[in-house]
Amino acid sequence: MDVTFQFNWQAAFASLPHLVAGIPYTLLISFGGLAIGFFIGILVGLLRISRTAWLRWPAIIYIEIFRGTPVLVQVLFIFYGLPQLLGGPINALVAGIAAIAVNSGAYISEIVRGGVQSIERGQSEAGLSLGLSRGQAFRYVIWPQAFRRMIPPLGNQGIISIKDTSLFSVIGVGELVRQGQIYIATTFTALEVYLMVALLYLVITLSLSLALRLLERKGLVGQ
Amino acid sequence: MTQDRQASGSAPIVHLSKLNKHYGELHVLKDIDLTVTPGEVVVIIGASGSGKSTLIRCVNGLEEFQQGELEVDGNTLLPNGKATKALQKIRTEVGMVFQQFNLFPHLSVLDNVVLAPMKVRGWDRDRAEATAQRLLARVGIGDQAGKYPSQLSGGQQQRVALARALAMEPRLMLFDEPTSALDPEMIGEVLDAMRELANEGMTMMIVTHEMGFAREVADRVIFIDKGRIAEQGRPEQIFDSPQQAPTRSFLSRVLKH
Repeated sequence: MDVTFQFNWQAAFASLPHLVAGIPYTLLISFGGLAIGFFIGILVGLLRISRTAWLRWPAIIYIEIFRGTPVLVQVLFIFYGLPQLLGGPINALVAGIAAIAVNSGAYISEIVRGGVQSIERGQSEAGLSLGLSRGQAFRYVIWPQAFRRMIPPLGNQGIISIKDTSLFSVIGVGELVRQGQIYIATTFTALEVYLMVALLYLVITLSLSLALRLLERKGLVGQ
Repeated sequence: MTQDRQASGSAPIVHLSKLNKHYGELHVLKDIDLTVTPGEVVVIIGASGSGKSTLIRCVNGLEEFQQGELEVDGNTLLPNGKATKALQKIRTEVGMVFQQFNLFPHLSVLDNVVLAPMKVRGWDRDRAEATAQRLLARVGIGDQAGKYPSQLSGGQQQRVALARALAMEPRLMLFDEPTSALDPEMIGEVLDAMRELANEGMTMMIVTHEMGFAREVADRVIFIDKGRIAEQGRPEQIFDSPQQAPTRSFLSRVLKH
């Protein structure tokens, strides 16, 4: 077979304005979902290390369910399944944010748990021996140190969740991949467009990596 | 410096009676009866694993006990960790210095010292900082207040830990092997600070392996053997003419070198 295909740089660049229109959706779903996921993660993570069994068990069940099922199935369930229960449609953007929130929330719970449990026992003992209540010892002594240790794994989870949003083209939300698919449907330039889509994901994830590295360096003072 | 403060007759600040602690099968503390009067310096000695650290950790509730009674400064602690309110009060009035310093690494030296007075005592920052600066100067680290713990030597860190505990104006200080994690050349500076504190009349319970220091500073030495108080008395009594076989055997092992 005669391979005459040539990479068309012009087509690649021409696709950019169309693809860029997907970036706000990608960012909104990822960071909106991650922000909610962060709060879920703190709550569930702290319940997970509670010494009270009836607080701990719901947390364990939550984590196992949402960590143990694919995020694609979760978003399909929310977008197509839940409306049957609720009796009304769910906005695709909302469904995407919700899926990232519950999914990243499960992973972040484990990050929170690991971070808190990594702080030496002597730290809370020192706080308590000074008369701080358990809550104060947690807030002023344990949490600031735990949070610093959580930054690298949180960054990891952020990058994973950003990439997970690419799956949400299946529910028709106009994020990066979806924009690429729409563009390719009329131009048949899959190679060029998907390369550009990949590059745009890289720009987003590398920016996040860089920002986290700066944050981490700043946080190193005093450690 | 060895005036008899035991015999002062004032109400005890610490009172333990028939205190028993178990770790599962292990019987760590056995029928401990102990009374400490204000101003008294009590040094607790004994082999590793004898229960001496556990004993002072019971006094501020870092360890629970299973039977007996414990009263600190008028607050009664019950077996199995009940009475949280009394516990909180005790911890506010009792300071502790740990073997591993346990400074807060994310806070500057100054912030380590002001944290509890501000959050627990409700002092404003100005008052807390003035007290902190005075205490840091007193333990010889007045010029390091802006540094972080990791920038200090072990001896300096332990002196910060002492200042941090003193900032709460405690009525009793507990020391859990305060020099055991230090390089030999730094032990002296920490013992000096403790000696000064004892001279000022602070009530202290000290677990240590520094026998020379114990002999010099203690009003009373308590020897613990396998979770039981085997012998107690004035330092010269314990070190020069121990009555019990376990005490003699322990001292012959630690005093040889």
